[in-house]
Amino acid sequence: MFLETFFLAFREIRRNVLRSSLTILGIVIGVAAVITMVSLGNGATAQVTSSISSLGSNLLQVRPGQGHQGPGGTRSEARPLEMADAKAVENEISGLSAVAPVAAKSAQAIYGNQNWSTTVTGSTNAYFPVRNWALKSGREFTESELSGGRAVCVIGDTVRKELFGGQNPIGVSIRLGKLTCRVIGVLTPKGQSGFGSDQDDTVIVPLRTLQRRMAGNKDIEGIYLSARDHVSTTKVKADIEALMRERRGIAAGKDDNFHVMDMQEIVSTLTGTTQVLTALLGAVAAVSLLVGGIGIMNIMLVSVTERTREIGIRLAIGALEREVLMQFLVEAVVLSCFGGIAGILLGLSAAKIGSGFLGVPFIVDPKIGFLAFFFSAAVGVVFGYFPARKAARLDPIDALRHE
Amino acid sequence: MMNSHHTEKPSSLIEFREVSRVYGTGAAAMAALRGVSLSIGKGEFVAVMGPSGSGKSTSMNILGCLDTPSSGSYLFNGIRVETLSRDQRAVLRRHYLGFVFQGFNLLKRTSARENVELPLVYRGVPAGKRKQQALEVLEAVGLKGWESHTPGELSGGQQQRVAIARAIVTDPEVLLADEPTGNLDSARSREVMELLTKFNRERGITIIMVTHEPDMARYAGRRIYFTDGVIHDGRPGEGG
Repeated sequence: MFLETFFLAFREIRRNVLRSSLTILGIVIGVAAVITMVSLGNGATAQVTSSISSLGSNLLQVRPGQGHQGPGGTRSEARPLEMADAKAVENEISGLSAVAPVAAKSAQAIYGNQNWSTTVTGSTNAYFPVRNWALKSGREFTESELSGGRAVCVIGDTVRKELFGGQNPIGVSIRLGKLTCRVIGVLTPKGQSGFGSDQDDTVIVPLRTLQRRMAGNKDIEGIYLSARDHVSTTKVKADIEALMRERRGIAAGKDDNFHVMDMQEIVSTLTGTTQVLTALLGAVAAVSLLVGGIGIMNIMLVSVTERTREIGIRLAIGALEREVLMQFLVEAVVLSCFGGIAGILLGLSAAKIGSGFLGVPFIVDPKIGFLAFFFSAAVGVVFGYFPARKAARLDPIDALRHE
Repeated sequence: MMNSHHTEKPSSLIEFREVSRVYGTGAAAMAALRGVSLSIGKGEFVAVMGPSGSGKSTSMNILGCLDTPSSGSYLFNGIRVETLSRDQRAVLRRHYLGFVFQGFNLLKRTSARENVELPLVYRGVPAGKRKQQALEVLEAVGLKGWESHTPGELSGGQQQRVAIARAIVTDPEVLLADEPTGNLDSARSREVMELLTKFNRERGITIIMVTHEPDMARYAGRRIYFTDGVIHDGRPGEGG
């Protein structure tokens, strides 16, 4: 009997192509819009998150000066950090996996007649894990290169391309400003950072090399630290702040003259922004879902007159009220499901195309898909079913006379 | 041919005992039927006549188990219809009654065959048998070759023949026809009446037909006249 009702409903849908397709259209558009918007929003969030995590997960930075540092380099009024600060942090703070003191200087990299302006960073081997750098070829610094301040460097992929093109740079000497140094390694490219700068435009030398041979001082501009997995960066940050206040002799109540930056904070700020964007897109899509729902409602209500007569005929020739209702319910469910599935497929393809176009990963959120599906299905069923129920409760005579 | 039931006393299939039907309540109450008693035997062909508002449509609705008396009793095959629930009356209609309406009342955009199959669907007849029975009946009403046409593609006379096919496909005890020729010209009307007469004679289907056209009423074996909610001529239990 159920199968019979199902076929009956299906035939009814086919018979009323216009009404059925208009109903389906509302559901399709609503569901597709929600799925597309939310998928694209999630893709954007995921992309921002992944590009930030390429900077180094669990990364913290200690910098002299207050607050956020601009792109202009160290702040002159604050006392620079010292090598001893880095040592102290390494020895006294628990939960750290690596500590890398850094100093940096802009320099002109020259090889043959190729000339490229880049940033030279002086640090230790700890810099590689802390900043998530892997070597594409060559090797890291040796102990003696680090302690002796030898003229060796590891270059980023952009620098390699600009200076060497397709040539193998390992073992070749280049000039960084006035310093001639040998290339011992090339970094695996990371691409653009979450902030839009080219991370691969870099040259790394031993810290001592930079201090002695390029900057001519013993300052360090900052300390990069990475916390171990599952260690709270907030806790580490607080520990470092306490230690640094003590080392720099800051009296209680005075402001810090250094700053500890927590990447997790930046990550959460940025992902928060994109999540707000996703929610906004979702809200826009929800409106279209609502409009689609109203469309469904209209079609269903408009067809009630015709359907009331039909119900009258069916009742007169001996259909039970519940049989008529079951038919209408199945009809509404079949229509809604059909529209919902079409909407999901359309939404997924639109999201796929859109994510390719915007260059963000294609991410499907089944929760949102189901939600959109059930909402429009509910609208279809409710507005298909309740007018029919009203009609089926009429006397067959009244239903037949209905104009 | 019209008096084929004269000789045998038909068993009483339908019986009205003092049936009244009042619409509205209090001061607005209006009696459409006032204590009508009437008996119709198995295999009769009865024409119900009378001016509009005389109670003939009301009595047809009650006869068709679409409505119930306000007082009095309606016995169908010995069953007291007024005691039945809505669903029980639907089952009664499904098994014993067929309807033909003035406005045809076919399902739109639905082929003649599927319209005829409709009552069989609710009887739970399997699809193959349904189709076969529908085709047979459509042939019997002279619509062979028109099975796949929808009401919109058929003339009024053809639509009414589809409606008759739909009414008799279940082989009902009683066929109730409410002004079946009201929307048809005289030639089409005669065709419809001849079909009804044929089914009355060949299949023994009891036919009760409301009409205000004396020409059509002449096809019936008995005529009942309604005026102001009472039967005005023709005595219960007697052939016309």
